[in-house]
Amino acid sequence: MVQELGYLKETASQTAGPYVHIGLTPNFCGIPGVYKSDLGASMVNDKTLGQRITVKGRVIDGAGMPLKDALIEIWQADAGGLYNSPAEMRGTADPNFTGWGRCPTSAEDGVFTFETVKPGRVPFKDGRLMAPHITFWIVARGINIGLHTRMYFPDEAEANAEDPLLARIEYRHRAETLVAAGTAPSYTFDIHLQGEKETVFLDI
Amino acid sequence: MSDRQNHKPETGAFFQRDRDWHAPALTPGYKTSILRAPQKALLSLDNTISEITGPVFGHSMLGELDNDLIHNFAKPGESAIGERIIVHGRVLDERGRPVAGALLEFWQANAGGRYRHKKETYLAALDPNFGGCGRTITDDEGYYFFRTIKPGAYPWPNGVNDWRPAHIHFSIFGHGFAQRLITQMYFEGDPMIWKCPIVNTIPDRRAIEQLIAPLDWSNTIPMDARAYKFDIVLRGRRSTFFENRPEGN
Ligand SMILES: [Fe+2]
Repeated sequence: MVQELGYLKETASQTAGPYVHIGLTPNFCGIPGVYKSDLGASMVNDKTLGQRITVKGRVIDGAGMPLKDALIEIWQADAGGLYNSPAEMRGTADPNFTGWGRCPTSAEDGVFTFETVKPGRVPFKDGRLMAPHITFWIVARGINIGLHTRMYFPDEAEANAEDPLLARIEYRHRAETLVAAGTAPSYTFDIHLQGEKETVFLDI
Repeated sequence: MSDRQNHKPETGAFFQRDRDWHAPALTPGYKTSILRAPQKALLSLDNTISEITGPVFGHSMLGELDNDLIHNFAKPGESAIGERIIVHGRVLDERGRPVAGALLEFWQANAGGRYRHKKETYLAALDPNFGGCGRTITDDEGYYFFRTIKPGAYPWPNGVNDWRPAHIHFSIFGHGFAQRLITQMYFEGDPMIWKCPIVNTIPDRRAIEQLIAPLDWSNTIPMDARAYKFDIVLRGRRSTFFENRPEGN
């Protein structure tokens, strides 16, 4: 016998189901008045520092159909490369930028849209800089555990080429699934759940 | 925000997720997963600062009725129809430590098993006084509570005769984005739990049992509401034994 580690097990994930918008974006889905506004609907204000960008995209299933009942959250550094979080020890992030956004995919065409700023670079564990990126988390009916991935920028070829996470992708063509399309200030990031263009998802 | 300023910020990476404990992506008994399950291997790697960090939600953002689903959508002086219950518990991490300042959001069907949603087709009646969403933030000890009505079971198109057991959906925001979690709470004694294709996406019976809230008789309020206790465990943070010192220091 040895001592017990005494750790608990993480609560098991369950699908967000078809009505995740009721819980997380009630104003969007026709339940007004409970909250003043939906959380994460706005990441910036008129004092936010940095280059304004728009990120649009869809989550596409194995039959090529965009999901209309998905919910996307993003998390990113501010323009100076700092996270607005107590665990950020390198400095104080722009107080006018939350770094976190939440958006339902639309019932009409499945498009999500984030109005944000281009993130600065943040360090990998060994101190090397990662390329500018936005963390994505996707939940929906039929997805048993939230999917983590990242969006990188098409106009950062040099930084992308030295990014430690992108470098870990064994099949090089799959790294392109994490790079958005478009040019500043409008980017498109489609997330493919299956197929030839399946996005690289992270166990992180 | 103030709740956490008294504590030294924690900056360790989170314990790796036990992917054998959670449901796999592809669970054919739950048909919608078939076209929505990633088919390629996930890219596994240790947390970076992008996952270790996460936003903070302050208690000041909460409205007075946010944790009261019986009243937060009801007309003044009226209340939602159904069995009145309190759901309470703690948010802990895998090391058993309370997670203070965690944002919990919940949503559920009404007492008849009907959601307030335009895509909902079940013939059970809407309750004009029930919206179906609420939220709260854990205190310094990781405790939370809310008041609601017990949701009804409802049928759903999967097999010909599949029904969801009564459940409440939970979204939990801990301290790091890597802890982000959505799950569902079930009620002790419900025989339908074990028939549900969504419950049964989880391979380990113990992991399912951890989603079933026991009736908490001690905390039941006489002549008012029964209590159910539901503790939630988020990924633990690794100790930062030597990690916060740059190389060479
Ligand atoms: Fe449900």
